[in-house]
Formats: sequence, C-alpha cells, structure tokens
Amino acid sequence: MDLALKPEHKAFADEVRAFVHKTLLPATKAKTFAGKHYGRDDHVEWQQALGRQGWLPYTWPKKYGGPGWDVTQRFLFENVLAEEGAPRIIPFGVKMVGPVIYTFGNDEQKERFLPGIRSSEVQWCQGYSEPGAGSDLANLRTRAVRDGDHYIVNGQKTWTSFAHWADWIFCLVRTDPDTKPQEGISFLLLDMKTPGITVRPIIMMDGAHHVNDVFFDNVKVPVANRIGKEGEGWTCAKFLLANERLGIAEVPASKRGVRSLRDIARTEPQDGRTLADDPAFVAKIAEIDLQVQALEMSELRALSTMALGGAPGPEVSTLKIRGSEIQQRLAELAMEAVGEYAQPYQPGMLFQNTNETPIGPDHAPPAAPRYFNMRKTSIYGGSNEIQKNIVSKMVLGL
Amino acid sequence: MDLSLSDEQKQLQDAAERFVRDKYAFENRRKIVATDRGWLTENWTQMAELGWLGMAFKEEDGGYGGGPIETMIVMEQFGKGLVLEPFLPTVVLGGGMIAAAGSPAQKEALLAPMIEGKKQFAFAWLERQSRYNLADVSLKATKEGNGWSLSGHKGVVYNAASADNIIVLARTSGGAREEKGLSLFVVDGKAKGLTRRDYPTQDSLRASELTFDKVSVGADAVLGKVDAAFPVVEEAVDRAIVALCAEATGCMDAINAATLEYIKTRKQFGVPIGKFQVLQHRMVDCFTNAQEARWPARDWKCSAARSHVIRLVADAIALMNGGYLKLLRGR
Repeated sequence: MDLALKPEHKAFADEVRAFVHKTLLPATKAKTFAGKHYGRDDHVEWQQALGRQGWLPYTWPKKYGGPGWDVTQRFLFENVLAEEGAPRIIPFGVKMVGPVIYTFGNDEQKERFLPGIRSSEVQWCQGYSEPGAGSDLANLRTRAVRDGDHYIVNGQKTWTSFAHWADWIFCLVRTDPDTKPQEGISFLLLDMKTPGITVRPIIMMDGAHHVNDVFFDNVKVPVANRIGKEGEGWTCAKFLLANERLGIAEVPASKRGVRSLRDIARTEPQDGRTLADDPAFVAKIAEIDLQVQALEMSELRALSTMALGGAPGPEVSTLKIRGSEIQQRLAELAMEAVGEYAQPYQPGMLFQNTNETPIGPDHAPPAAPRYFNMRKTSIYGGSNEIQKNIVSKMVLGL
Repeated sequence: MDLSLSDEQKQLQDAAERFVRDKYAFENRRKIVATDRGWLTENWTQMAELGWLGMAFKEEDGGYGGGPIETMIVMEQFGKGLVLEPFLPTVVLGGGMIAAAGSPAQKEALLAPMIEGKKQFAFAWLERQSRYNLADVSLKATKEGNGWSLSGHKGVVYNAASADNIIVLARTSGGAREEKGLSLFVVDGKAKGLTRRDYPTQDSLRASELTFDKVSVGADAVLGKVDAAFPVVEEAVDRAIVALCAEATGCMDAINAATLEYIKTRKQFGVPIGKFQVLQHRMVDCFTNAQEARWPARDWKCSAARSHVIRLVADAIALMNGGYLKLLRGR
C-alpha cells in the first residue's frame, strides 16, 4: 500500500488542471459554483472537449479508445475536474452503456457505438425503471416481441434522466414472459428518433426538468441492436448497476460541497460575527468532512481492488449508501447555514443567467431546492434499503 | 391533568378539518397559489365568519375568549392542506402583539377590524444579519417632531404585499443586539418611502424584502412602550413557533396517512411494500414521532424538540413515497 503521490502523478494533475483552465467555459464554471442548473449545451460542449482530448472515456482501457489510466490517475482526474467546477460527466454513455458494449457487445456493435460515446457526439439515457419496476427491477414489463430481424417494443419507462436530451436510450426489455423474471430480459439499444417513442417531462418540486416518462408504442428495433444474447440482459444490467453504484458515491463533488459549506459559514452573519465562529456549527462541518474523507478511502480501496483485476463487487453498495447520505447531509447543512434566506423561492436564479440580484446572499437561491432535490439520492440507483439487502446477502451471507 | 379537548374545541377542530377538506384539495391549492395575492378573499371572509380570526383574543379586546389552544387546533388542520391564507402573520403575530401591547385606541383601530376580516398584518423583524437573534436589529427609528422616522431594511416579511399595516421592529436606542432599545411601530402598508420586493417562498406563501427610506409615522404608531418591545416580540414569536409546530403536526399526520395508504397498495416483489419489515419499522418510527410531536396542551417549551421530530418524519416519508415529499414549513 502506498498513498503518497509520485512526482509523475503531480505532473499529471497539473496537466489536467491546465486543460480545464484552458477549456472549461467560464459561464459553465460559474453555474457550478452558483448552484445553477446546466443546459444541454453546457454538458455537451464540455464532454466533447474532453472527448477531443481523449479523456472522456477515462475509465476505459486503451483497447477501446480509453486513455488506459491507472486508479490514481482516474482519482486525480475526477478530483481536479470537481475542484475546478466542471459539470458532472453524464454517466449514461461513457460510464454505463459504453462498458456494457465493450464487455458484452460484438465487434460490429463496438465499432458502431463506441466512437460516438467516446466523443460525446451521441447522448444516451437509461431505460431501466418502470411504474411497476423500481426496487423490483426484474419485474419490468416493457415487452419486446421478435418479428423477423426486428423487435417490436411496447411499454413505459419512468424517472428517465435527460431522455429529452438523448439521441439513444439503452433499455431493459422483456423478451420472454414465460420464464423466471431475470431470465426473460434482454438489453436493447434504441434510437430516440424511432417512430413510436414519446417523451413526457416530469417536473420536479423545484421546477426543474431532469426526468421523464418514456413511452414505447410499437417501436421497431433491429435485432442487431441487442447487446448480448436474448434473455441474458440481466447480466448486463447487474454489471452496469455495479458501475453506477460506484459512480454515484460522488466523493469529489462532496469534497467540493464541504469547501463550499465552509465558505458559506465564513460569510453568514451571526451575533455580530460569522457562523464559522459558532463552535456548534463548526463541529457539524468537521463531522461531515471526516465522513467524506472516510468514504474517499473506502472508495480508493474498492478502486484499487478493481485495478488488480477484480470487478466492482457487492461492497460498492456500501459506497452508494454512505455517498448518498453524505450528499443529503451536506445539502441540509448548506440550507441550515443560509438560514432564513433559504425561504425565498427564486427559480430565475437557478435556470437562467440573469443580471437580477438574488434575494439574500448569492448562495441562498439553490440551498432549499438542492436540499429537496437531494432526497432522491437515497432512492435512485437502487434505494439504500435495496443496497443493504445486497450487502447483507452477498457480503455478510445472511 | 386533562389533555382532552372540550366539546367546543372539538367542534372547532371539526369545522377546521372540513374547511381544509373542502377548500384545499391539492389541485385547488395550486389554483390559489397561482392567484395574484396567493390567497382567497372568500376563504379569509369565511374564517372571519367562523370566528377563527378572533377566537384567541379576550372578550374585552373584541375576541371570543379562547387562547393558544384554539390557535393550535386550527393551525393543525391548516397543516393538513398547507393553507395559504395569512393567518400566522395577521392573527398570531400581528394580532397577538396588538393585543399584548396595544393601547385601547390601537385595539379599536386595528384589532377589531382584523377580527372582522377587514385588516391584515405583517411582522417585519428580520434583517440580513439577524439570523435567529430577535434583538439583532439595526433599522433605525429616530425622533422627528412628535413622531418618528424609520430607515433601514427588513427581509423575508411574510404577507407584506397584502398587509394593510406592517408592524416593524426598530432600534430606538442602544447598541447592536441589545434587547433594550427596541420599539414596535405600526406602519401603513403603502407608506411613503416604503418600497417592496415581493416573491413567493419555497412553500408558495408570499414574502417581501422591505426598504424604509425615511418613512414618517406619528407618535401614535408606537405599539407598546418605546425601547421596551423585546419581551412583547419574544412572546409573540414563541406563540408563532408553537402555532407553526401545530401546523407541521397536521402536515405530518396527512403525509403519514398518505404514506401508510401507499405502502399498503404499492407492490414490489409480488407483495405490498408494507409487508417488508424495514418499511414497517420506518412507518412505526414515523407514527411514534408524530405521536410525540402532538402538542401536549399548554406547554410551549417543547417546540425545538418537535421540529426535530418533524424533520425525522419528513426524511422517512421521502423514502417510502419514492420521492413524493410534501413540503414542510417550520423552523
């Protein structure tokens, strides 16, 4: 075990930082630190810039066009991007479907789909959850019936993030209703422009549009768009979910959250001094800071296991549990720090670049919306209760 | 000790429950939110007719002789529908301070029409630097002839746009954060030199930032004694906190009931999710917390503990409803 950074790693971090300084648009960076919502272009421009640099598929092996970085490089890359205020890389292409395609797809599929994912020329979304299949994902009902060289797909996906931005969707569909639930599922790639696909927005409590219902009405999908064998989609699904759970611990973003919380506390007035002079509040910051550091070490441990050739195991569920709890706690503390001025509802300050001055301090407008929005973290990507079931069964043998 | 409600109090509870059921179905509430002022005159008039605006005040002040229990009974029901009419700023805070500190002339001019539903109030105490310190007030009121001149800023003033009068906490003497030297002024909502920036709050109520630029008021605008307003404000805010806790308790009951119904009907893994022990235990925690949050009669001191309990329930509910978290207001 060696936790010290080698000189070449420091040089690597400097290189990444210089690239971000040169490339990330100031307006996008400003949105990050103001807690504003990004538009599609903010994400796409940034991801395409990373793509041109060859860094977007930063976890991929060289063989498939990744940079072939070691665990330390990936760790540094993620941290520098978060520190510098880069938008989160939307995971559906590069973190989710990409690895599924190069692991389970055939050569023709790799050639056809991987370049657009690496360059972010093609945006993806994830068709997993359904109205009747949330925690019980294997209960999914979206049906794909074979018709010659095609499948005819009917059904509905829901809570589909960024479906309104996506060019393609990867879907779990039921190809065989007469076998065990997990055995009748296949993994299909669908062009969002195919006739019969309808996207209906779901507007969140803060007015934001991130998620959607997606309806499929006799959608014709070539059999060539199936990844892996028919009926073996559950294997792809689980592989992908393990990757998802690793990513959504969001440690670098939480580290930025701790720094931002400290900054807020230093400027928020209290009894003629600042909130940072209040030992009770400072203790709360220290506590969450320690939790983030402990989670970071756990994540590094998991990553180094993977680097030695292991796949992410069921223990990544613990990272998802702790990561989501930490995100919620940080959002709660930020709202607490803002105090009374968390009450004004200022959607204009979140969705647009505006010259209007906010009501209260600059950090006030996103505080309450973010607090409410972060309630989702313990539910999405497999609820924390489901993660605990996995750990209890697969790790503890209960 | 008797913690049960009297027959009259039970009738009040029934009437308030009916009001919320009839007027505050979720879609109705949305429509009210979308109106100009964010509340309905017909609802306010009905509250006056039902006697709710005067029930907590003494008969000699034109009220009906009730007290904080009556306030809590209606606020609890309001919480079930997140009622939008400005009961808290007008009746609990404004009316409460006028009843506690007002002269007979002020009570006649302000409290009596408020009870009839003809006047509304707002209470302006917070400033940018105040956080939760009620005495951290720097808006200055200086002597001007027989009257006073007010200059400074107030923030997050609920109902300021609809209020006929704004009750302003100002510094008349003393240093920063001194409890002594604070005074209350009744200012016309349309006074010259008073400007507003209005906005909705997270829970769709209305509030404003207020700027006072040499706003002149007469000597009769002082509510209570000059320099001695702090105890009046402290008591009014305590009553408001208790009222908010009662409201949040009603809100908890409503979301607990909705969640209980949901986990009995939502199926995963072939069974209602309420069959899973982990959710059963969480639901029991929510139920227990809601029980503990019930207002134990006349004790006002437990409000801090109660808001903690309310937050625990909100978090648990968010999980079980898969994200359909209703917004809780409270401090």
